[in-house]
Amino acid sequence: MSMAAEPNELRDDVLNGLRLSRQLEKVWRTPSGLVGALMSVDHKVVGRRYILTAFAFLLLGGILAILMRVQLAGPEKTFLSADKYNQIFTMHGSTMMFLFAVPVMEAFAVYLVPLMVGTRNIAFPRLNAFSYWMFLFGGCFLWISFALNVGPDVGWFAYVPLSSLQYTPTKRPDVWAQMITFTEVAALAVSVEIVVTVFKLRAPGMTLDRIPLFVWAMLVTSFLVMFAMPSVMVASTSLILDRLVNTRFYDSSSGGHPLLWQHLFWFFGHPEVYIIFIPGTGMVSAILATFARRPVIGYPVVILSLIATGFLSFGLWVHHMFVTGLPQLGAGLFTASSMLIAVPSGLQIFCWLATLWDGRPVYRTPLLFVIGFIVIFVLGGLSGVMVASVPIDTQVHDTYFVVAHFHYVLIGGAVFPLVGAVYYWFPKIAGRMLSERLGRWNFWLAFIGFNVAFFPMHILGLIGMPRRVYTYTADMDWAHLNLLSSGGALIFALSFALLLVNVIYSLRKGELAGDNPWNASTLEWATSSPPPPQNFDRIPVVKHRDPLWADNESLPVVAGLSAERREVLLTSLAEAEPQIREASPEPSIWPLLAAIATTVFFIGSIFTPWAVLWGTPPMAVTLIGWFWPAGSKEDEE
Amino acid sequence: MPVWVRLFLVLCTSWSLAGCAGRQSTLDPQGLQSEQILHTLFIFLAVAAIVWVAVVIVLGVGMVRRKRLADQPLDLHQPFEERTGRVILGLGVITTVIVLGLSFVSYAGQRTVFAKDENALTLKIIGHQWWWEVRYEADSPHQSFVTANEIRIPTGQPVKVELESADVIHSFWVPSLTGKMDLITGQKNELQFTAKNAGVYRGQCAEFCGLQHAHMAFTVIALPPDEFARWREHENQSANSPADQLGKQGEALFRARGCALCHNINGTMAGGQLGPDLTHIGSRTTIAAGTLPNTPATLGAWIADPQHIKPGNLMPKMPLQSDEMIAILHYLEQLK
Repeated sequence: MSMAAEPNELRDDVLNGLRLSRQLEKVWRTPSGLVGALMSVDHKVVGRRYILTAFAFLLLGGILAILMRVQLAGPEKTFLSADKYNQIFTMHGSTMMFLFAVPVMEAFAVYLVPLMVGTRNIAFPRLNAFSYWMFLFGGCFLWISFALNVGPDVGWFAYVPLSSLQYTPTKRPDVWAQMITFTEVAALAVSVEIVVTVFKLRAPGMTLDRIPLFVWAMLVTSFLVMFAMPSVMVASTSLILDRLVNTRFYDSSSGGHPLLWQHLFWFFGHPEVYIIFIPGTGMVSAILATFARRPVIGYPVVILSLIATGFLSFGLWVHHMFVTGLPQLGAGLFTASSMLIAVPSGLQIFCWLATLWDGRPVYRTPLLFVIGFIVIFVLGGLSGVMVASVPIDTQVHDTYFVVAHFHYVLIGGAVFPLVGAVYYWFPKIAGRMLSERLGRWNFWLAFIGFNVAFFPMHILGLIGMPRRVYTYTADMDWAHLNLLSSGGALIFALSFALLLVNVIYSLRKGELAGDNPWNASTLEWATSSPPPPQNFDRIPVVKHRDPLWADNESLPVVAGLSAERREVLLTSLAEAEPQIREASPEPSIWPLLAAIATTVFFIGSIFTPWAVLWGTPPMAVTLIGWFWPAGSKEDEE
Repeated sequence: MPVWVRLFLVLCTSWSLAGCAGRQSTLDPQGLQSEQILHTLFIFLAVAAIVWVAVVIVLGVGMVRRKRLADQPLDLHQPFEERTGRVILGLGVITTVIVLGLSFVSYAGQRTVFAKDENALTLKIIGHQWWWEVRYEADSPHQSFVTANEIRIPTGQPVKVELESADVIHSFWVPSLTGKMDLITGQKNELQFTAKNAGVYRGQCAEFCGLQHAHMAFTVIALPPDEFARWREHENQSANSPADQLGKQGEALFRARGCALCHNINGTMAGGQLGPDLTHIGSRTTIAAGTLPNTPATLGAWIADPQHIKPGNLMPKMPLQSDEMIAILHYLEQLK
């Protein structure tokens, strides 16, 4: 396929081979030098930074977890004061949810989705850069505050009235609430990019039923983010208003109500779990197909399950509020709706089991993590069915049983697939394989450590241990299980240390990967490892759901995009038929400047409402710079 | 209850009963409601165990079974694909049936647990950072009194607790008797339960409520009805007047040193409302909201430096001479 060439423009159909690669690289590469690096709008560069930053926050959050486990290893320990402990468990939850789990999934999407759909860059690349800076600044803001002893101490859920000015007259809850604003802005931006990338930038021929399952998962996740996150932004902004300018959204003595906070927070908070879990399922599907050596059985079932999970996830937030005194029938209905989500999750599990059943599995590290995922996640899902029941929940709510449950679901459902994904895609990102030997150690330490750390918590919850207690008295008989759990946590932490060692070692000494070391089927493996700045010299044409397995000799391509300026091919939403060529933005420093201006605005507004006024002009200036017309050519058919 | 459930119960409770602070365990039901909840829990646990084992078996067999030979990944066996599709959908239907069945089991349990009895003995419990105010209210003010951190109830009789909060959200939880219910600012919740057996049951705040959330426990003492009636009769009375000189000195110091500004002792000039009522402090089993057992030594340590034992609580450290401390302790001990 070729499009009518214009005179005087170099197109990728007149160049070939190395000359084409070099020309495109020159056009698409990130400018050199420090300023160049700060200007980068390459989704791979931004994605890599995003992944590394999210993992840095995982490390920090993990250190906090270990500190808590040391404190709880025995009764009445004084390793941490009550104040430190309360800050630490708040920071652990906030860091893991807002600075690690959600961003790391989006980070992988930022890196992988454009490659998987076969385009040259993500949609809205400058917004993407902006999103990363906002995430980075928001995370640093939270952690610097913590280091200055202004870390939030009201829980990652920040229930009012405890987080109100009356009961917490410090700046700590403001720091928490504004960190939420930072990360939500970042997450919303990425979601918009992913949706548009998937809808409009897919390679020709990649019809809706040929989209890789990971991409489908990220698409559904992005929609969840767009519908769920505004709720928490409204909640946290109202909280700041209550605290800063004396509004009364949550004050029951002036007609507000503390339960309003809980409804708004959990209307976000429950979909949040699926925002973290659904990308994990996408990673599982990708890894499983490659290592079971066959496509995932029930492609449409998996997609419909993802979409059903997305919808259902908005109808069960009330199960976080079963003990707030709701009407009994209403609570009972939310039991049923909460349990129903087990159906789509179950269907996906059945599809994966069948895939493994019929496949010819190659037991490399990524597959080990997927198998660990199934064993752990199913257990977590089943304890989830238990906590969905109103009578059972009145006992286990806010106890260590729930702590066990959601770590099984989130670590089992998202972190195991994620570590599997690191082993799986590291060769693509870094060009070298991770050590398989260390990988196996990593898996077994993680699997054993995780279960030793978290399984005893089920029992602790049942024998009466509440959550969020900085210590417990010696006569409570919780010491042995807590000690066991702390030991498991150390083993689990060790497994991550091993992952870090493996990454550092393999970056230098790892075996060279080549384009497609796993003989996988999706488009990201059709380009070199690491991919060149332009991703693909020519845009692939997709004729099959597993293009690299169907056309393993040579992939058909389409030519005709400009080779002298950044251009991407837009295709139709359903059938992915080529529509127009569109200019893709050049590198720019403005997204960084805009992020700095927004950061000043956000942080300033914790201290004075005037920051909203004085913070706006700099933001306007940076946005004008950002969108200043560069005189690029009109898009054309 | 089936035999295996009983057996499992015995195993679990033998584990959880070792504590001596009173029982605080879902697995050790001593009330009608906690028993019903545990029953529901075991049904769920059984289903969950079966499903999990089945999944792991299928996973294991799927991994080790001999595989069909195929040259390349897209070389699929069509009849298998179709058959598997039907099996997956069938399993989906079974899953739906199971979760709907469990929803009904859950709702049936819920109706029993939250059943209301109009003739229940009514108490009002008000959560404070970080202690529990307990009000026994009756039609006649002579039958009403206030205590703290210790709730006595009759066995075999439904008890209704009305739950309110004086500050932030707390949660009332006595796992051996029933599930928890939040105490929410600006809202009135209630919870009913019936203790089957006499005994001491520990409870604890289950909603994070600030710095000392970990030290916000309480005790429920279930007494046979006649014993409860006697206790209530006694509790209605004003505090004992100190019998000896030291006690009188202690009473005077209680007022002179400011204790009375926050604490109430019925029948004396001490009428403070900020802290726990101390009218019968001498007969309570714990102090500082279940943090310490109530002995002269612990009470002395508490009065000497409350911020050391429970940092952040509202009780200030009072400078007391040792003879003053002895007098106050002596006075408080007599308040049985």
